[in-house]
Amino acid sequence: MTGKLTAGLAIAVPIVLFGLLGPLLVQDPSRVDDIGLSAPGAGHLLGTTQTGQDVFAQLAYSTRGSLIVGAVVGVLTLLLSGFFGIVGAYAGGWLDETFSLVINVMLVIPGLPVVIVISAYMPDRSLLLVSVVLAITSWAGSARVLRGSTLSLRSRDYVLASRVAGEKRWRILLVEILPNLVPLLASQVVFAVIFAILGEAGLSYLGLGASGTFTWGTMLYYAQNGLALRLGAWWWFVPPGLLLALFGAALALINFSIDEIINPRLRSQTRAARRGWRMSREQLRKAKEATL
Amino acid sequence: MRHLLRKLGFYVVALWAALTVNFAIPRMMPGDPVEIMLSKMGQKGPVTAETRRAIEALLGADSSRPLWSQYADYLTGLARGDLGVSLVFFPAPVTSIIGQTLPWTIGLIGLATVISFVTGVGLGTLAGWKRGSWTDNLIPVTTMFQSVPYFWLALILLFVFGSIWPVFPLNGGYDVYGVTPGWNGPFLGSVLYYGTLPALTIIISSIGGWMLGMRNMMVSTLSEDYMLTAEAKGLRPGRIMRRYAARNAILPSISGFAISLGFVVAGSIVTEAVFSYPGIGSALLQAVGGNDYALMQGIFLIITLSVLGANLLVDLLYSVIDPRTRTTS
Repeated sequence: MTGKLTAGLAIAVPIVLFGLLGPLLVQDPSRVDDIGLSAPGAGHLLGTTQTGQDVFAQLAYSTRGSLIVGAVVGVLTLLLSGFFGIVGAYAGGWLDETFSLVINVMLVIPGLPVVIVISAYMPDRSLLLVSVVLAITSWAGSARVLRGSTLSLRSRDYVLASRVAGEKRWRILLVEILPNLVPLLASQVVFAVIFAILGEAGLSYLGLGASGTFTWGTMLYYAQNGLALRLGAWWWFVPPGLLLALFGAALALINFSIDEIINPRLRSQTRAARRGWRMSREQLRKAKEATL
Repeated sequence: MRHLLRKLGFYVVALWAALTVNFAIPRMMPGDPVEIMLSKMGQKGPVTAETRRAIEALLGADSSRPLWSQYADYLTGLARGDLGVSLVFFPAPVTSIIGQTLPWTIGLIGLATVISFVTGVGLGTLAGWKRGSWTDNLIPVTTMFQSVPYFWLALILLFVFGSIWPVFPLNGGYDVYGVTPGWNGPFLGSVLYYGTLPALTIIISSIGGWMLGMRNMMVSTLSEDYMLTAEAKGLRPGRIMRRYAARNAILPSISGFAISLGFVVAGSIVTEAVFSYPGIGSALLQAVGGNDYALMQGIFLIITLSVLGANLLVDLLYSVIDPRTRTTS
């Protein structure tokens, strides 16, 4: 439990709980009222939008929406990148060639324009559809990383040994190789979740997000359209952006700590440690005296 | 040579895949984009039979013609450089709209990305070399900027430097009233002035990734045996840092740069939306807003082509700077 992991979890867990439980406790986020653009106060914790909707209630529902997008994309990325990256690299031969071609082609086709074009043809977009489209255009990077690791793992001595011992191929993959990929998979999934939540927010900000649902992105879109910036209604556009930033930062912190678990070189101060081996002038003199 | 051919072969396949995706998307989607476009075009002016045929070839007509012959039509149309007629900017052809907007995007986003890459890699080298120095402490700050959604950061900066302290203009690519476009001093100065804030937002939000990646690679490289050898030989620290450490550590950053070129174009859409910059991203959004499927498909095609081209260039460069990639096939 490093400091980074603690800090990351301390920010991420309350946000997830807010998204899970918040919507059960607040009023209807779409209910309009005649107190438009009122500042935060007793009745409305975070003030109201220009049509008098409660910002706090919208924030609770938005958190849930954005987390759903993150979760769906995370799971899909895990499945797609695991399948194309790990299975392909482990099987080798023409399957590996084909899979790596698919990965590389997906990698060079720019994601956001595809998403925008697909969204433009679909007038009614559910949150699920947006998530699936985001996942399809973004899994390739993770798959490439996983493929690289699997390639180096499959030729390790212990894998060759278990092959000689006559283990079945699927058993080698699931029991010998997969456990070693778990930290990497975890960091790739966390990265995919960050990417998805930010991507969905960007898409919604452009007015191409899911229709009829609340996410942090749609909240910012409505705030922008309601001229919240010009009117100085900071309570409308700051909270969703801040939650986005905090959640992204928390996941990034969690990812760093996973990285440090995978790669101990990042953890230990190798070069500084080497400095420590150097003898000080005094030690040198003593050593000289000792040999004389 | 074999390596080069393999690379070129891959890009041919990728190009084919991109063209096919571009062909398939409008045909797979519900609704009839051709009819929507033609009926809207009819309101703006007369539609010739030739225009109609071009749009049908591009987006797919509901006629009974087999898919493969539609595909052949589509490919021959592209080979002739015919991308159809725009609806939003009727009757201008799509190619001329792209020609007008592309230089703006490449100038702004491309330059900002290069600046961000060079500065980020430079600072990352220093941070990895001197662990715990001020550059190393800069990394958490820049990474935080990276997890902030880009458009939100841009909006806040625009709010602060456009509205509260009006240092920079609120939107646009140049002073529309004061200068005339062309190769003259006032115009170029105006372009620079209008481009500074958008470029700054891109650099701030993307520099963290380059710094972190380069620093981590530097840290890994510094524990290699050849680094110890170099130090034992008594080489100057600056030489060890640049020639021994940074040169080896930069390789993953360069391949990352190739991938980020894809995000250059993707990011440009949001940047240009926030700053109303007259680039290709704004044109794409206008096309989406006005159901201008021909312009949309054309821009998507150009974006994909430029990403592929940039990747190919970096790939070729990579095989020059890292000879190992040439030998292992």
